[in-house]
Amino acid sequence: MTQNSASKLLNGDTLHRTKQDKKAGGNGFVKNHCLFQQQQKRYRRPAEKSHHASRTLLYKKTFVESFEETPLLVAVLTYMGYGILTIFGYLRDFLRDWKLEKCHLAREREEQKDFVPLYQDFENFYTRNLYMRIRDNWNRPIRSVPGAKMDLVERVTPDYNWTFEHTGKVLKDVINMGSYNYLGFAENTGTCADTASECTEKYGVGVCSTRQELGNIDKHEELEKLAARFLGVESSMVFGMGFATNSMNIPALMEKGCLILSDELNHASLVLGARLSGATIRVFKHNNMQSLEKLLRDAMVHGQPRTHRPWKKILILVEGIYSMEGSIVRLPEIIALKKKYKAYLYLDEAHSIGALGPRGRGVVDYFGLDPCDVDIMMGTFTKSFGAAGGYIGGKKELVDYLRLHSHSAVYATSMSPPITQQIITSMKCIMGEDGTTLGQERLCQLSENTTYFRRRLHEMGFIIYGNNDSPVVPLMLYMPAKIGAFGREMLKRNIGTVVVGFPATPIIESRARFCVSAAHTREMLDTALNAISEVGDLLQLKYSRKNRRGSEGTDCFSYLESHLD
Amino acid sequence: MASGQQWVLVEMVQAFYEAPAYHLILEGILILWIIRLLFSKTYKLQERSDLTEKEKEELIEEWQPEPLVPLVSKDHPSLNYDVVTGFVSAVSGHISEEMNLPPSHKIIVNGKECVNFASFNFLGLLESERVKLKALSSLKKYGVGTCGPRGFYGTFDVHLELEERLAKFMRTEEAIIYSYGFATIASAIPAYSKRGDIIFVDEAACFSIQKGLQASRSFIKYFKHNDMEDLERLLKEQEIEDQKNPRKAKVIRRFIVIEGLYINTADLCPLPELVKLKYKYKVRIFLEESMSFGVLGEHGRGVTEHFGVNIDDIDLISANMENALASIGGFCCGRSFVIDHQRLSGQGYCFSASLPPMLAAAAIEALNIMEEDPGLFRVLRDKCKHVHKALQGTPGLKVVGEPLAPALHLQLENSSGSRTDDLKLLRAIVDYSLDRQIALTLARYLDKEERFLPPPSIRVVVTVEQTQEEIERAAQCIRQAAEKILK
Repeated sequence: MTQNSASKLLNGDTLHRTKQDKKAGGNGFVKNHCLFQQQQKRYRRPAEKSHHASRTLLYKKTFVESFEETPLLVAVLTYMGYGILTIFGYLRDFLRDWKLEKCHLAREREEQKDFVPLYQDFENFYTRNLYMRIRDNWNRPIRSVPGAKMDLVERVTPDYNWTFEHTGKVLKDVINMGSYNYLGFAENTGTCADTASECTEKYGVGVCSTRQELGNIDKHEELEKLAARFLGVESSMVFGMGFATNSMNIPALMEKGCLILSDELNHASLVLGARLSGATIRVFKHNNMQSLEKLLRDAMVHGQPRTHRPWKKILILVEGIYSMEGSIVRLPEIIALKKKYKAYLYLDEAHSIGALGPRGRGVVDYFGLDPCDVDIMMGTFTKSFGAAGGYIGGKKELVDYLRLHSHSAVYATSMSPPITQQIITSMKCIMGEDGTTLGQERLCQLSENTTYFRRRLHEMGFIIYGNNDSPVVPLMLYMPAKIGAFGREMLKRNIGTVVVGFPATPIIESRARFCVSAAHTREMLDTALNAISEVGDLLQLKYSRKNRRGSEGTDCFSYLESHLD
Repeated sequence: MASGQQWVLVEMVQAFYEAPAYHLILEGILILWIIRLLFSKTYKLQERSDLTEKEKEELIEEWQPEPLVPLVSKDHPSLNYDVVTGFVSAVSGHISEEMNLPPSHKIIVNGKECVNFASFNFLGLLESERVKLKALSSLKKYGVGTCGPRGFYGTFDVHLELEERLAKFMRTEEAIIYSYGFATIASAIPAYSKRGDIIFVDEAACFSIQKGLQASRSFIKYFKHNDMEDLERLLKEQEIEDQKNPRKAKVIRRFIVIEGLYINTADLCPLPELVKLKYKYKVRIFLEESMSFGVLGEHGRGVTEHFGVNIDDIDLISANMENALASIGGFCCGRSFVIDHQRLSGQGYCFSASLPPMLAAAAIEALNIMEEDPGLFRVLRDKCKHVHKALQGTPGLKVVGEPLAPALHLQLENSSGSRTDDLKLLRAIVDYSLDRQIALTLARYLDKEERFLPPPSIRVVVTVEQTQEEIERAAQCIRQAAEKILK
């Protein structure tokens, strides 16, 4: 569906409209306050699950994002899989009730048996009967740096995942495709580790006070100045935990009578922060600009519900890279919308900072935009910087206000000094201020690795979600049984992957997720890819029906045939 | 009868032929009118006034948002944070050359060297060499960050060890660690309490509890601070409510959320009475022990040990590792039945990167020190009593809190009536002390966000490292300041 948007030049006088799209009738004319002279803009609906390059001049390069549709047969089989699991679940619960099967779940104390149950039975049903079957794929303990290769603690379970025992053995050199170590700064040697240990010597590990009281160490100030320079904003502030950066600062910015427009796939921390703020929350479809624009127009035309007073302010909440989809936010379009409708923009760059853009400055850099157009730049240091914590950057007024009103600044212990130092060193490395080109090399390596890994997986015939440039690579598994099988088979081949299913994803869209890192060498990626291909054949995962180079591979029908055999 | 009907029919047809044309036309129109009325939609109740596109554009054009944040004046008293550093061997005059002391007992605030009476470093572990070495060796092995949440390769063997150690230390079945102290209780409460459930909370509960309550979207009932009668009144009210609707009562979970030592008032909670109420009214108790863990009790196990309450009677205990343990993060402990639920439902646990291993290692070493030397807690208790006593009788200031509490509040005896002015006075005392090498701090609150805003106060923190002489000096300094400023 195409939508022609009318243009309005910055002076506001000239206003001409082009023909209206038939289907967007309800939406009315949509005109855009574009930064550029062009006015033709094309959108594809994500309902088609495949948006190819929006050929708009808003984008300086092609923006390819694909979400291949779930093959119908696979969807049906997936639902059947869940059906069977549920039936068996009930059966086994029945057996447990009659004490025919031993229940390993922790029980309520005898003294409190007559209390209201602490949690609901359904949640528990899912844990008992579905999650427990494949629990060994999560929480795998590691005992080394979470770098390109890691050592896992070997676990065995004597009772089908109810409990785990450590054998004392170690799975050595497992290729790590799961950690968010995009730039490979998770290291125990090198300048980062050295400076961090120097800092530990000097400052110790704790702080025991808050920023507003006596927990404002000079290192924090140094980091904040550096981060502001890194982001290209006036000022910045850092916090001790990424999750809390969202959940404790959004409430300081928004209040009752404000409107938050939030992407449907936003991270739990953004959702929590929005909820705690007391503002009205409306959700738009993932990365769908029409949906967002409709909400914006409605908000402006109708105002607050019932009273119809105009909204005090409107905040758009988006992420840079969506960690479960691998998609990149359509930032140029969002900025155009935000300017036209005078909304504010909160950009969470948890996964994109350091991982995107020629200079590693995140999505803003990736699209070549001005950081000043984003009102609130938020991000975390957990991923690309190999540390912990989060930041907020923006205008000086904003940051000053947060210094006074952020929940974190007043009530939470400030960031640990060695963590702060790790961020300073890695950030300087990315900026090239350490006098080397190591940071730049890492950035190039990451983008090279990403392209290579995505291309190869696509060629093999897997359904891969997300943007071609995103280092987060979700590979679709769909069926619940394959979640466990994939994770285990990969571990057998000495590769650590992350698999996710409901409730982190929609019920039929279980997936495996790879995070490409600059620390991965070509050999490691090849080993991983070969293993993935092998497991993919074993588990019939090559669902893609798109044209691709190389062999035709399995499509849905040959898949069916092979299953019926 | 049949012939009669036929006659009527014949007559009708006859009448039809005989009727004048205008009559027929009129009737035809009437019939059509009736049909139209029957089939047309109901009449409009109100005039719909859809906005035209132009009007919409005008509305969009007209709308002006409020600024993202209100302007902050440049000289707001809390805008410019005090900058804190540790001692570098070059700066320190009387400290031996090789020493490299972190900002802990001795601290440099804005370039002035002070004795620290403000950081929650109760056991003095912030500058412990042992903790530092353990953290360093962990750093050599694991690097700094974890690069993932617990579920996705963010679980390190150190985390498992720390959880086990905490559980063992507290003598509970299980413990779970969070990477941020504030997020611990704030995530734990909404993991259990959902919409429709009821939480009874003390009015003096700290801010992170308040955020947890808000996130849970449950009904919140505040009882007066440490007032068991008021709590019982609320519980009774609820009981009467339950009897009216027993079916609903069967699914409503109820919780009492309290702190062991209240950070806002430095009071102890009456735990034994609370446990009695728990069983009487079948309410679960969540206990936040950030101030009391590693402080109260013979072995530093907190308020349960202090009162000799069976720890299994408390459903969930949460505390942060940022005070006594002098690391970062927090933990919850209790029975596996309770705690394990958080591994899938605690938002701050599931969706956040795990605690950096070096900080977990530091916490383990701090626990070791606590286990090896329970004498620490006695020393701390004595110091607390000493400080409490030394501060008595300061003119114009009253000491608020238990003699056992390591973080006391000094409030104005006579408020000037305005919070800003009170804060100004207290701030002057803090600054006066700072000039005389005693680092104090105002207790900071978000005035608008707090449910029950505590009165302004200076917080005095006691640590085991403060010497007799330093305590006397601090008390004297505060007295002088008070005499000078609060005349």
